[in-house]
Amino acid sequence: MSTPNSRANPAFYAVIALLVFMSVGPVILMFMNSFKLDVDIISGTSGLIFLPTIQNYEKALCDVLWYEPDHIDFCSLKFGNAFINSLIIALISTALTLVIGCMAAYALVRFRFMGRDTVSLSTLMVRMVPPAVLLVPVFGLWNNEFCLDRDGIVGGAIRDAFGGRGDVCLAGTHSGIILIYVAMNLPFVIWILQSFIVQVPRSLEEAARVDGAGPFQVFFKVVLPLIKPGLAAAAIFTFRIAWNEYLLASALSDRDTRTVPILIVNNMSEFNVEWGVIMATGMLLAIPPIIFTLLASRQIITGMTAGAVKG
Amino acid sequence: MRTAMANRLTPYMFMAPAAIIMAIALMYPLGYMVWGSFRDWNPSQTIGEAEFVGLKNYIFLWNDPNFHESLGVTLRFAFFVVTIEMIIGVGLALLLDREIRGISVLRTMFILPMMIAPVVVGLMWRYMYHPTVGTFNRFLDSIGLPRVDWLGDYALTSVIIADIWQWTPFIFILSLAALQSLPRSALEAARIDGATGWQQIIHIKLPLMMPVLIVTALLRLIDAFKVLEVILVMTEGGPGLSTEILALRISRTATEFRELGVAAAMSNYLLILLLLLTVGMFAFNRWQEARAARLNALVEEES
Repeated sequence: MSTPNSRANPAFYAVIALLVFMSVGPVILMFMNSFKLDVDIISGTSGLIFLPTIQNYEKALCDVLWYEPDHIDFCSLKFGNAFINSLIIALISTALTLVIGCMAAYALVRFRFMGRDTVSLSTLMVRMVPPAVLLVPVFGLWNNEFCLDRDGIVGGAIRDAFGGRGDVCLAGTHSGIILIYVAMNLPFVIWILQSFIVQVPRSLEEAARVDGAGPFQVFFKVVLPLIKPGLAAAAIFTFRIAWNEYLLASALSDRDTRTVPILIVNNMSEFNVEWGVIMATGMLLAIPPIIFTLLASRQIITGMTAGAVKG
Repeated sequence: MRTAMANRLTPYMFMAPAAIIMAIALMYPLGYMVWGSFRDWNPSQTIGEAEFVGLKNYIFLWNDPNFHESLGVTLRFAFFVVTIEMIIGVGLALLLDREIRGISVLRTMFILPMMIAPVVVGLMWRYMYHPTVGTFNRFLDSIGLPRVDWLGDYALTSVIIADIWQWTPFIFILSLAALQSLPRSALEAARIDGATGWQQIIHIKLPLMMPVLIVTALLRLIDAFKVLEVILVMTEGGPGLSTEILALRISRTATEFRELGVAAAMSNYLLILLLLLTVGMFAFNRWQEARAARLNALVEEES
């Protein structure tokens, strides 16, 4: 396969080095800046040579530190809280999406049933809906329609005790955000997993059937273990979206349920940008996906290509 | 009898959870949005409380120069982003489609930008584009060139560059996978016939890759309409309306100006646009696939 000119061509390797530098450079730059004092970042004289400090990280993590750094007088950034929200939302929505999506993909691949084509087509169509389009109805529904008891006895009691409209709505809860993330990611997961389930040999399933396993046993004990690579790929993509998403989370969360991306944007838009702290927060948000990428790049590439190349 | 009944129900039992969730949290909201777009609706009302105004929101947008500006920005952004990324990504794949040591490490490096949160990507680039502190202007200073107001006069270009950085790898990886799954006999035959590297690319590789390339471009195109956070963090849509893409305008109309009805109508316009693009690309794809299959058969016959 190797062509004669693939060996030792300096220009070729120079191109590769340049590409690596360009794709990783900005990340490294941010990483370094997160260890610089704002004075150093702004003056720019220090460049590569500077005294690293963890002050930015201390400021970002001030609500979870067990000690009080003396350069912080007021802990304004509640990073720990947001980080836990991000984690809860991303993990639960990923798990739910995988289980539900996997079952649906199995049904679409293995069974002929009424409405199969409709489901398949609408799944495909829903993939193109941008989150910004979902924003309007979800914002309206979660705030006004998906509520418990607006006019009843309980609602009246809540109104008397706390004021307000007297209802408990989906907006502002973890479940509200998880629900929309699951729905949003399902089409993609179903689409990807279909191409893995097709490859599971039917004879294996039939053998299990003959041995007396029910359809759900066949699914959980035979099919699921065989499509682990596909599940891993789907998990990474679902987690990535749930972990990174900003728009819907910002519309649906309140002070207690907001996630890290919201924290970063809120801090960004303040008049006086504290670059060091923001870069530290950004690094903390970026680290889980970076670790994922390093550990599972093969699965990620499989996942990406499964959708497009296998058609 | 009982098992036959159970058998018929099985697919529905597997399908039910997904169908229910997608019905509640995707289909119903989308229908709700269409319904809401005909009303003068603000976030504190249920849809029933909002006044029915017919096509007023749609007509308002149709005549609104700011909406046209946003639409233009969105289309320009999507067009340049997809075109440039396709050219660079496919080019790189053709260049790197050979056995080199450490290719897997290299690929990991390349996919890193895609995995980082858009919010973080936006803030990284906002820093690099900063007029005084930023990396680019410092570099220009150091080689004695005048500074550039990256996020001012050239805001849209700068935003496009950031997106190219983040998403070209996607196209690169997909094209590389497509290249490596090409039928080897075809390439072999061409080489024996004495085709130069360039001729192989133009006459064999690219035509055979075409179906995958089109799906890739389609995926990228749809995603280009979803981009929001990166631009929000970098420019907040400004200066003026120069980077206010539709997604940003929708979210602003809904949450800042609290006009859900108008935002819903805007979302519907965007959906229709996306639907047309998707259908068009699929039709084109089917045609190309048939062509590639014919080509494939031809090449195989000859070898």
